[in-house]
Amino acid sequence: MGDCHGCPNNIATLAPPPGSGAPPRSHIVAIVGPPNSGKSTLFNRLTGLRQKVANFPGVTVEHRMGKVKLEQGRDVFVVDLPGVYSLTPRTEDERVTHDVLSGRMKDIPRPDAVLLILDSTNLSRHLVLAAPVLSLGLPTLVILNMADDLKSRGGELNVPELAMQLGSPVALISAAKGTGVEKIFQFLSGATMGAAPKAPLIQLPVIQDIPKCRAWATNIGNKTGYHAPAPPLWTRRLDAFFLHPVAGPLVFLLVVVAVFQTIFNGARPLMDGIDSLIKTSGIWLGHLLPNEALRSLLIDGIWTGVGSVIIFLPQILLLFLFIGILEDSGYLARAALIADRTMARFGLQGKSFIPLLSAYACAVPAIMATRTIEDKRDRIATILIAPFMTCSARLPVYILIIGAFIPDKNVLGPFLGMRATVLLGLYVLGFVAAILTARLLKSTVLKSRRSSFMLEMPPYRWPTVRSLALRMVDRSKVFLVRAGTVILGVAIVIWALSYLPLHDGKPPAIEHSFAAGIGHFVEPAIKPLGFNWKIGIGLITSLAARETIVSTLGTIYGMKEEGSQQGLQHALHQDLTLGGAVALLVFFAFAMQCMSTIAVVRRETGGWFWPGVQFAYMTGLAYLCAFMANRLVSIWS
Amino acid sequence: MQLSVKKKAPVKKSSAKNLTELKPGEEGVLEKLDLPEADAQRLMEMGFVPGHLVTRGLSAPGGDPRVFRVDGSEVALRRETARRLILK
Repeated sequence: MGDCHGCPNNIATLAPPPGSGAPPRSHIVAIVGPPNSGKSTLFNRLTGLRQKVANFPGVTVEHRMGKVKLEQGRDVFVVDLPGVYSLTPRTEDERVTHDVLSGRMKDIPRPDAVLLILDSTNLSRHLVLAAPVLSLGLPTLVILNMADDLKSRGGELNVPELAMQLGSPVALISAAKGTGVEKIFQFLSGATMGAAPKAPLIQLPVIQDIPKCRAWATNIGNKTGYHAPAPPLWTRRLDAFFLHPVAGPLVFLLVVVAVFQTIFNGARPLMDGIDSLIKTSGIWLGHLLPNEALRSLLIDGIWTGVGSVIIFLPQILLLFLFIGILEDSGYLARAALIADRTMARFGLQGKSFIPLLSAYACAVPAIMATRTIEDKRDRIATILIAPFMTCSARLPVYILIIGAFIPDKNVLGPFLGMRATVLLGLYVLGFVAAILTARLLKSTVLKSRRSSFMLEMPPYRWPTVRSLALRMVDRSKVFLVRAGTVILGVAIVIWALSYLPLHDGKPPAIEHSFAAGIGHFVEPAIKPLGFNWKIGIGLITSLAARETIVSTLGTIYGMKEEGSQQGLQHALHQDLTLGGAVALLVFFAFAMQCMSTIAVVRRETGGWFWPGVQFAYMTGLAYLCAFMANRLVSIWS
Repeated sequence: MQLSVKKKAPVKKSSAKNLTELKPGEEGVLEKLDLPEADAQRLMEMGFVPGHLVTRGLSAPGGDPRVFRVDGSEVALRRETARRLILK
């Protein structure tokens, strides 16, 4: 005892409350702190893998809930609230924090205690948040993080004196190194044993008046002998390099190429491995199941459907490893700073850059990566335009159609072929659609004041393996569970459509299936685009994932064998006009043919509204542009 | 009504220095934030409280946005925001 200054030492005599035979209910403790105070690091340190992620009802804000194991087998639930500078409910983050702490959040009871985490190297400014938090009257432990930095940079602080001034226990810790964390466990034991909450005896400033709060914080700092540490020398040195007029952009470009290369090519062998593993295990499973319908459902429906999700895992893991390193080290803020001017031209901001770049590999991890954008409007805008970027799933479709219809001729001598030009054109098309949509959104429904861009530059730090690993596990779990459930359902529906109705107990040829029925049904609608009912089936099955259209068309045109791409291209060439082919390319450039993306957008935006808008907008745009493309090509040729 | 006076108004601006006029490494004392309430509050929470010392730091290539050191942290602001923070 005694190493937790101001902790109630007489816990044993206070608990259990006399006469209460009621079973102990699980206690909830909230972690509150400003951005960059090490909140998540502390949360991970306390809970490890015993955590789960959820969205607050009806908002885009995510919260993590974790279990902390205390002595005597008792558990405390810890809620990690979004990083805020104040409790004045202006932004969604602040409203959520405010509502949870005041017990107004649905599904979450009012916390029994608060862990207020502040950066000890920047105490005077961070103490401003202590005023509104302490005035809530909840038992609060004030945690001063980055104790190691404070010490190594020559800062000083009288902890017992601060505890006295604040009327709350204070713990000086390093969440990254784990030093001093035992004091938090000690506090949690006390708080959950029913130690009576004391109303703070101190005089707090008027909370709305920031200059007064700031003056109060300075005063507290002076009284407790707080000496701010020297400026972070290494951060200054590194910034002189990373924000150098010449070296800065070069390093930025290098990072961009590395990220792109890793998720585009680096993940490829892993993805191929998973793909063949799913196929082999599917065949192997097939031998075990005698019943044909069951076998088909399990293998063609569920196994393949689930496989189409798991295949993205390597990209997600690698991207989040990269983003973890960039964010934890502090470089992400510098990259956002460098990219900001360019992104501002499209109405976006610097932090949108990395997610949009990753969308060239796959929109799914890209949308998950928008979490680093604090501004909600900018984040939604980035999510909405990300699927326009030409993802790797569009490539097989492009290659099939281009190979079938575009002659292999040179455009610019031997340097640039006609096929490559068309492919490049499709990439440009997606990019142009993205920036025009961004401009449209940011000048209308998602308009934000231009002055709202302000970005704190955190000091550089070494990312810890622990935090990187937890982030990767966390993101994959979120993706597999949340996206997986939706995708599984859709995969089964699409399987049923192509497997039913049964003829003499046997599945029909695909042209007699329900899917074909729908293909015929939608034919009048897609005829103006130059598509027939067979393409219609392909469009429906490709809702699962874009590249599915290739295998569907293969089945319809009777190309059972693998590697019969040329046969399929020949058949398509007979069946489709040039106008229809170009229209199909344009349609795939714009349409949101990807249920994984839809599922992830639903998850990240906390509802069906935005994915609905996005699906309608992208499909509408795809239809319109495909129609025009078909017309133009027909007139021209 | 005050048409003739209005023409002279810009002269006053030169005396009130704003953040964009700081040279790299130069410092100044913040006087006021000429911004909508919500933005001003947010900036004050990030350290831009009137009376505090602000130092110009590095910037993105092209000079925008710029980093400012204030109250123990570094915050990047776009030019149009920095212009509205008036120094003493």
